[in-house]
Amino acid sequence: MSDATLTALPKTEQPHPGAPDNWKRFFTFSTDHKVIGIQYIVTAFFFFLIGGLLAMVMRGELITPAADLVDRTVYNGLFTMHGTIMLFMWTFPFLNGLANYLVPLMIGARDMAFPKLNAVAFWMVPVFGVILMASFLVPGGPSQSGWWAYPPVSLQNPTGNLINGQLLWLVAVALSGISSILGAVNIVTTIVRMRALGLGWFRMPVFVWAVMSAQIIQLFGLPALTAGAVMLLFDLAVGTSFFNPAGGGDPVLYQHFFWFYSHPAVYVIILPIFGVFSEVFPVHARKPLFGYPFVAVSSLVITGLSGVVWVHHMFASGTPDWMRMLFMFSTMLISVPTGVKVFAWVATVWGGKIQLTTPMLFALGGLVMFLFAGVTGIMLASAPFDIHVNNTYFVVGHFHYVIYGAAVMGAYAAIYHWFPKMTGHMYYEGLGKLHFALTFIGANLNFFPMHPLGLQGMPRRVASYDPEFAFWNVIASIGGFILGLSTLPFILNILSSWVQGKKAPNNPWRAIGLEWLVSSPPPHENFAEIPVVVSGPYGYGSNEPLVELAESKAAE
Amino acid sequence: MTRRTLFTLIALASGLALVSYWIGQQSYSWMPVQASAEAILVDNLFSFMVAIASFIVLGVTGTLLYSVLFQRASRYDISDGPALEGNLKLEIVWTAIPLVLVVWIGTYSYQTYNRMSILGSGGSLHVGMPTAMANEIGASPEASAPIEVRSRQWAWEFYYPDRDVTSTELHLPVNQRAQLQLTSEDVLHGFYVPAFRVKQDIIPGRAIAFEFTPIREGRYRLRDSEYSGTYFATNQTHVVVESLKSYQQWLAAAAAQPLTPAENVAYQEFKAAIEKPMSLGWSRIVPAAAPLANYSSSESDSHE
Repeated sequence: MSDATLTALPKTEQPHPGAPDNWKRFFTFSTDHKVIGIQYIVTAFFFFLIGGLLAMVMRGELITPAADLVDRTVYNGLFTMHGTIMLFMWTFPFLNGLANYLVPLMIGARDMAFPKLNAVAFWMVPVFGVILMASFLVPGGPSQSGWWAYPPVSLQNPTGNLINGQLLWLVAVALSGISSILGAVNIVTTIVRMRALGLGWFRMPVFVWAVMSAQIIQLFGLPALTAGAVMLLFDLAVGTSFFNPAGGGDPVLYQHFFWFYSHPAVYVIILPIFGVFSEVFPVHARKPLFGYPFVAVSSLVITGLSGVVWVHHMFASGTPDWMRMLFMFSTMLISVPTGVKVFAWVATVWGGKIQLTTPMLFALGGLVMFLFAGVTGIMLASAPFDIHVNNTYFVVGHFHYVIYGAAVMGAYAAIYHWFPKMTGHMYYEGLGKLHFALTFIGANLNFFPMHPLGLQGMPRRVASYDPEFAFWNVIASIGGFILGLSTLPFILNILSSWVQGKKAPNNPWRAIGLEWLVSSPPPHENFAEIPVVVSGPYGYGSNEPLVELAESKAAE
Repeated sequence: MTRRTLFTLIALASGLALVSYWIGQQSYSWMPVQASAEAILVDNLFSFMVAIASFIVLGVTGTLLYSVLFQRASRYDISDGPALEGNLKLEIVWTAIPLVLVVWIGTYSYQTYNRMSILGSGGSLHVGMPTAMANEIGASPEASAPIEVRSRQWAWEFYYPDRDVTSTELHLPVNQRAQLQLTSEDVLHGFYVPAFRVKQDIIPGRAIAFEFTPIREGRYRLRDSEYSGTYFATNQTHVVVESLKSYQQWLAAAAAQPLTPAENVAYQEFKAAIEKPMSLGWSRIVPAAAPLANYSSSESDSHE
């Protein structure tokens, strides 16, 4: 690797060229993918905290069998908004932010393909965030129909007002869909068209593969969700009967629209996290990613299979037998490409020189929790067993092992891993480890008890329950409060090290990857000269050069 | 691979298999009592899946834990690990293993599902049709009209057309194929008895045929499994499984009773809420008035 690459600086007039040197820049309509990335990430985290607070009130309610802490209507509003916020305001925007920040750097591009579109897609997030939050203030309160808004419950409008929580919810979700489609077009185009010279498909980091696979799902799935939301909006606001049985509509049709996107949406969330795992393990175990081409292609296989799994959410919904059986097998098949990835990560870590840094701890913890979620996922795919546990806490437990255990832990791994690059400062390792310990303990205490509760038959979405469920609920609530507490060392760590943390070198982990060749934080337009990639992304131990400078190439 | 490594691997895998099998056997105790023929089938399938899952989780977690404990870089060691990029044979093997497992679990699930034959998929009723399941346990399906299960926000009502009896508690004779016809007056509800391991969404505008076979006498909880609005959590009642004789006695006694308003938690809570001058809640859906029934269950009754 030539020294010139490491010290390459752009020829611009700015004092800290393009690096986010002033907090005010984050409040502007910036078209710099790095600014937009951080805008997404910080906005998303703000909503994560709100969604988490709602969850803690819910766990407070569920610490006793009776509905005594909050009114039932409030509880129903809380779980609806918790789910909605966590998916549409936290995970999707966060992962869009991460992809925005990293993809151009990782593929040697100066920015996204459509920088202005990128900024528009981001600024829609605070707009629909405000619309969604406004539903707390309208008469009657926010939507109480659950995050999946099944009709006819979602069409019942006891206030009689046109402007009600459900309407705002639908507008926000439809806008979120449009914003995500804009983002997906941009990210896929960027990856396909803007890779640096020499960066063939099989020299591309797995994170980029995974992001591309996830965004392809957005392109085919989101139109279905958005259409479903708009049709439900018509049913609610102007009295059409697409889904309203009272007018001859079919409520099950909505479920098809909804799950056609919303199950693949889980892969939209988890695939980039698989990408994060694939970047973190090789660096902190000092080994190449084991079976890299298999891991890369398995992301696309998951994308393909994700199109034929949605009916497993409807095994109890009056679904014909042949459909139950077909979707049982197609859902189970997803475990094959996923298993390939898991085994590859284990083989990557095995025999390595492991450094238990905070990102490595979060990635390992996330992998273990994902494994647990994976095996309960296969159980849920099995129609006869699913009939017993669907709509019970077993599903809630499985889902939170995926989304908190794997996705949020993976998100934290990503934040710690790339924090030095994004901010130019090192985080505090001690606080990071405390954060990990609290998160891992809290998450398992919170979400494991949901499995026995579901097996015993406790339905989800209940504000009160029979006394036999009390024991595991108390444990889960304690876990939930620990989880809430766990965010405090994180916030403290991030804020203080961003302001006054030790200066980060360009490549603190001695990692291989284009993003580590530029300064921390990276300059405006990333690369003074677009590098020429001459080898794969995980050459740990083999000491191959990753890039050649365009200049030295020309001089040959 | 040396002979010694191979031997160690086989020994570890066998030990792990034994532990996994044991965990699979424990899984029966994580479930409610087995009160239906379907429950036995589902629990066997679950135990099988738990054993396989334990093998995978313990195997992978154990390997990771070993790495983390014994393969750490020492403090000043900044060298790289071995540059192993892959092993085609190994990768083919670990793609084939999940594929085989999936086919195995899928086939077992398919057989289980077929043997349950709980219907539920469409509107058609096969009244009195003897099913494989009923034959297996020696039950005698009776050609009587199916019990009508009527769900609403928020009450369960069971109508016995043969005797013109309405009840808010479902009574079923033991060891006979129960035949239900599920309907909803308003929104989606879900018929769910954890002790029977069966569940079916009830879709307004459809009459859904549903079957299962209770095999154990007792009083079990019936819950609404599909979120149905404000008082969803209160939408619970009981299923009583009893001998054919006491079932018929109960039915005769109920038929002699006049229709009276049944106990209804949602309706009581709603009345209490609107009587309070200051309500902190958000908008609530007005529950249907307490249903009229010849026989009502009480919330204070115990259940298994």
